[in-house]
Amino acid sequence: MKGGALWRTVRLGVSSLLLHKLRSALTTMGVLFGVSSVIAMLAIGEGASAEAQEQIRLLGSNNIILRSVKPREDFATSSSQTTRVVSYGLTEEDLERIEKTFPGVARVVPVREIYEEVRFSDRAMNPRVMATLPMYREVTNRVMYEGRFLTDQDMERVANVCVLSDSVASYLFPVDSPVGQEVKIGADYYTVVGVLLSRVRAPSDTAPAGKSTAEVFIPLETGRKWYGSMQVKMRAGSREMEEVELHEIVVEVANPKNVPMVAEACREMLRRNHKQPDYEDVVPLELLLRAEETKRIFNIVLGSIASISLLVGGIGIMNVMLATVTERTREIGIRRALGAKRRHIVTQFLVETVVLSVGGGLFGVALGLLVPAFVEHFAKMRTIITPTAPLLAFAISAGIGVVFGIYPAWRAANMDPVEALRHE
Amino acid sequence: MSAHGHDIPVAELIDVTRTYRMGGNEVRALDGFSHSFGRGEYWAIMGSSGSGKSTLLNLLACIDRPSSGVYKVDGVDTGTLDDDALSELRSRKLGFIFQAYNLIPQLDVLENIMTPLFYQDDPPPDGPERARKLAARVGLANRLDHRPMQLSGGQQQRVAIARALVNHPALILADEATGNLDSATALEILALFDELHAEGRTIVMVTHEPDVGERAQHVMRLKDGRIESIVRDQHTAARSEFYASAEAAS
Ligand SMILES: Nc1ncnc2c1ncn2[C@@H]1O[C@H](COP(=O)(O)OP(=O)(O)OP(=O)(O)O)[C@@H](O)[C@H]1O
Ligand SMILES: [Mg+2]
Repeated sequence: MKGGALWRTVRLGVSSLLLHKLRSALTTMGVLFGVSSVIAMLAIGEGASAEAQEQIRLLGSNNIILRSVKPREDFATSSSQTTRVVSYGLTEEDLERIEKTFPGVARVVPVREIYEEVRFSDRAMNPRVMATLPMYREVTNRVMYEGRFLTDQDMERVANVCVLSDSVASYLFPVDSPVGQEVKIGADYYTVVGVLLSRVRAPSDTAPAGKSTAEVFIPLETGRKWYGSMQVKMRAGSREMEEVELHEIVVEVANPKNVPMVAEACREMLRRNHKQPDYEDVVPLELLLRAEETKRIFNIVLGSIASISLLVGGIGIMNVMLATVTERTREIGIRRALGAKRRHIVTQFLVETVVLSVGGGLFGVALGLLVPAFVEHFAKMRTIITPTAPLLAFAISAGIGVVFGIYPAWRAANMDPVEALRHE
Repeated sequence: MSAHGHDIPVAELIDVTRTYRMGGNEVRALDGFSHSFGRGEYWAIMGSSGSGKSTLLNLLACIDRPSSGVYKVDGVDTGTLDDDALSELRSRKLGFIFQAYNLIPQLDVLENIMTPLFYQDDPPPDGPERARKLAARVGLANRLDHRPMQLSGGQQQRVAIARALVNHPALILADEATGNLDSATALEILALFDELHAEGRTIVMVTHEPDVGERAQHVMRLKDGRIESIVRDQHTAARSEFYASAEAAS
């Protein structure tokens, strides 16, 4: 068929469809919602996985994070009834083993937490107070907002200095800059030397919500000097002594390729040296791989749902087209009697079906681009529309028109002209 | 006209049978029918209901095939043609007028008239021009952009006649073309047929109305799928009969 003839067929198809506006509009709905859900779900899925990957990457894909975890009651070693002493967690010994014997490890950063309140004038809060090394910031890829982080000099001098995370800074110092001010941690005064940008809470972070981003850092030596490994934790009326040597060890691996190997070595070492499960490990790289796997599964599930809705849309179109063919049996007979070949009839009905599905596809793309915008605005979720998604959805809708149009068109073309002309 | 010359009949049927199988028994709608429709002839096919008129016309129109026998259009044996070739033949050589007008509702008058041309493998470039001329000829020049629903029955049938002429057909077929029209409108349509006949076109029309059949040049009567009688040149025949009886009376 020549270009002009095809154009005429398309025009004829459109005017045939316009004879039944409501029916045509309803018929396109299936494809419309199918296509828009494909685009919307892809956009939301992409956004969520990008967010997760970014947060995991922020933890440092070169790092292995080991944390102390308080074991279940029956595991803990307790002494007396009135004052219980619970001792668990990572030890200085673990730290030393990792530092000395593990190949491929670049830096190892211990963290000890101090259970004290932080106050400035009449404001007080309970952030994570972490005694750590100056290289903590570099290893965990944290960024300064103002001032500086802890230095080797602070360590040598066992100085009473601290660095606040921005959430702590803005709570304790709503107006002025905290740098140079003195905050009170427990009973002692510390000079604020810098403010660190908060890290967005990672999905794998086991620390309770809200607390994880409120952090105060002091030099490890200062922490060791003023607070032993034994600390008092107030707990629902009863006092509880906790003995934890180290709360966290961040292991930085020089080559990301070695991360799984080093992670396995850490696990093996801890398993051998700890009688109770009083530690956990977070390996961002493994999380990243797992997130990618999750995304793959997510895409398969979304793809199946979208395929089903498109299939249903296609079946709807086919159903209507079969009814249309029956309804227009006489027209088919007339056209055949006037010289229409089978392929002319096939083209006519196929074009009509494709016009329906592509029409639905176009509106579906429009709706599919709108939905993520709404989701982003109201649900505050990140969405990403990849340029291929609308194109893919559009191509699929055209494909649906062809696939589900072939049978009705074939039925139409193979009618006996005499029988068709006799039709009511 | 055709390059084949005037000696070859436009439509030639040789021992044509069309049977329908109804359960166990066989209905012979057309039974050993042989006849040639010559160029420029104007035929009326008559006969009682179920005598096989429509069956014959459908075979002539190439929308049906004989169960046995040979049908030649302009000397071409239609039995050798496949579905596409037969369709092409319909769009080039045949013009079909139906009792129920059978215009296509989505198309306007001009497009309806041009429809047979759309389906030709190599459509003539002057289609719209031809359609406009024909519309003017059937008195619908000012209705070109109307849809069939906006026209009266007589007007629709005139569009259908224009459509049957647009491809310069060798054979014009009409099945009860005036059956749905009142007598005044039917006369207008028959006057158009007379004009076409005067121009030398070949027309075969099916009717069961005697006064319509009377307008044709030749009349064929069918009974049970066979030719019952043929009256050639019925007007001259009637006139000579009239004169014969007048002479006998004197
Ligand atoms: N599709 C069919 N199936 C079975 N029998 C058929 C079919 N078409 C026609 N016949 C039979 O063939 C015979 C001739 O039918 P046809 O339609 O040619 O008659 P007709 O002369 O046109 O009658 P009418 O004046 O009523 O239109 C009839 O007996 C009819 O029952
Ligand atoms: Mg009939």
